Amino acid sequence: MAGLFYIFALTAAAGAVGVVLSRNIVRTAVCLLAALLGLAGLYFSLAAEFIAVVQLVVYAGGTLVLIVFGVMLTARVPTAHLDIKMRELVIALCTGAVFLAVLWGGILTADWPVAKASTGAADAQPYRIAKLGEALLGDYLVPFELASVVLLVVMIGAAYLAKARRK
Amino acid sequence: MMMLAGVNLVSIGLQHYLLLGALLFVCGLATILTKRNAIGILIGVELVLNAANLNLVAFNRFAHASAGGRPLLDGEIFAVFVIVLAAAEAAVALAIFLNFYNNIATIDVEQGTALKG
Amino acid sequence: MISVSALSLGEATRTFFERLYFGDKPEPLGTATQLIYSAVIVLVMAVPFVGTLAALAIWAERKVAGHIQSRIGPNRVGPFGIFQSVADGIKLIGKEDLIPAGADRTLFRLAPYLCFAPVFAAFVALPFGPDLIFEPRLNVGVFYVLAMLSVDVLGVILAGWASDNKWSIYGAMREACQTVSYEIPLGLSVIVAVMAAGTLNMADMSRMQSGGLHTWLIFSNPFTFAAFIIFFIASLASNKRAPFDLPESESELVAGFHTEYSGMRWAFFFFAEYAAMFVVGAMQAALFLGGFHDPFGLVGHFHAKYSAAGNNAGIILVNVAAAVIFIVKACVIIFIQMWLRWTLPRPRIDQVLHGCVKVLLPAACATLLGAALWQLLAGPAVARVVSMLLTAGGVAIVMIVATWIAYAIVTARRVRPRLSEPAPLQ
Repeated sequence: MAGLFYIFALTAAAGAVGVVLSRNIVRTAVCLLAALLGLAGLYFSLAAEFIAVVQLVVYAGGTLVLIVFGVMLTARVPTAHLDIKMRELVIALCTGAVFLAVLWGGILTADWPVAKASTGAADAQPYRIAKLGEALLGDYLVPFELASVVLLVVMIGAAYLAKARRK
Repeated sequence: MMMLAGVNLVSIGLQHYLLLGALLFVCGLATILTKRNAIGILIGVELVLNAANLNLVAFNRFAHASAGGRPLLDGEIFAVFVIVLAAAEAAVALAIFLNFYNNIATIDVEQGTALKG
Repeated sequence: MISVSALSLGEATRTFFERLYFGDKPEPLGTATQLIYSAVIVLVMAVPFVGTLAALAIWAERKVAGHIQSRIGPNRVGPFGIFQSVADGIKLIGKEDLIPAGADRTLFRLAPYLCFAPVFAAFVALPFGPDLIFEPRLNVGVFYVLAMLSVDVLGVILAGWASDNKWSIYGAMREACQTVSYEIPLGLSVIVAVMAAGTLNMADMSRMQSGGLHTWLIFSNPFTFAAFIIFFIASLASNKRAPFDLPESESELVAGFHTEYSGMRWAFFFFAEYAAMFVVGAMQAALFLGGFHDPFGLVGHFHAKYSAAGNNAGIILVNVAAAVIFIVKACVIIFIQMWLRWTLPRPRIDQVLHGCVKVLLPAACATLLGAALWQLLAGPAVARVVSMLLTAGGVAIVMIVATWIAYAIVTARRVRPRLSEPAPLQ
């Protein structure tokens, strides 16, 4: 089990680092794809199958396609890139490194309240999807309906914003 | 049983996922700070949201006690809503970027200086 | 130590994947052993199967195309030309590997694999038999296959973009528009079937259809019947099959998104297309057409009997029969897809999207609403009567179509001798 975690974690981490370091925007998008696929595998290993599949369908198969479409519509040549000044790059990377050190230090030294009972019962798979559906339509009904309204508003708004205007 | 900086390398626990989530978050942050292409910034935002999702699902798995044998799925439901809203936000952001590109003929955010000064 | 005996393939693979994902066994396998095991299973079982499948599908496509167009198709390499795909493969390996000068080399090389890998991964979730399901506890089996088909889009877009060729980019953008649009009716029609079955788990869904022809989900209520038709049309579009084959429209865009690909890289796209045809056909078989069960319910009955008695030979026999039935059903769907390809003309991209958003999507939404109301309001007696009526109707339709095809073949044979007579001398 550790092996699979490391494979998916390495894919996700390599994708994330690739996103930062790549200069061509299409390569950035492909590195993001690697990160998303690695994360989907990690969700599978966390026994959150539904989230993993939703991640693949919505994020990798929807949002990322949208992003790549945007890239294709705004880039002229497949290999063009915009460069950043070295000074700003150094400042950004130092900020990132400091932040990472703080976060990692905090995670390693904190005393995490790991519930011992959850590791066994959380694997009781048979009715987990049903419980998710019941929660979405029961306890979390209002956020569910609000999310559908938000999606409707976003559809109309994005269609209006992206419409070609006649000058 | 191998340990590295106080973290067990063989048995995967909560800390491993949190460390990876932190790395993804910082990479997303660095992307937002360093990219000149507007869509690159959007990609950074997506990375940050994914890191948050990973944290949510990891905490749900390891630190959320189940009541009477039934699994509590609050973390997963949060994650579903985050994914939905991230998709919505990406759609609106791309519509805005396309408008930006149609007006200035470049996707470089450094050229968006109409409101400066 | 795992013993992989053929008698309990499901048990062996289940134990293996259990150790892989849910750990915590008394003697955990080392990482290297796990990886070697999974690589062996993939190489020995999945790759030959998918490879043979794609090769036979390509041959079948050319034969079907030939006979529909009143010619014979490949008939030189082996009996009925069945080794044509082998000859094609040898030719393709020998071709020069061209990468256009302005293309992004890494992405150009990556795209075919990105197209092929998700389709290959979808095979894992298909239910080939009562014991031949790789992971019977995968609670999102149906959704997982849909997810793999969604990730496929990215390979095509990258292929078109990385080729630095405007025909490829047109093909890629058409493909993305079309596939992403048609995913919505696809998902909605799957939800209708899932509602009728009550589960996303492929194994449970197959178990529900084990009673005979009338328990198949397509005959469960009129809305699942409509959902089957919507799923079929949407899967044609999602698979880039005609009449929705604009991304690779041979007469318009040279070859669409794979214009610049030659040799084995092109072969990967082709493999991916035919493997996806099988996956989609298998999904329809599993969701609507009873999965691996025969119309008389014998598979379920004998499997229960032999499992209870511990009769190993019987279990193997039942599983093999179930796998054959499942593959035959998927092949029938593939045949219908090929039949449609060589019969229907190709619409424009705006007509394709019009058909999706203004025709198929409202139909799918109406079907979903109707199915939900049916689940809520229809009593068991009404449901049984309706499903029997639908079964009778379905059988009648199939018999009529089969008689029509037989009549057409017979009359064509009477015509053929006249066509092959030499032309009269002037």
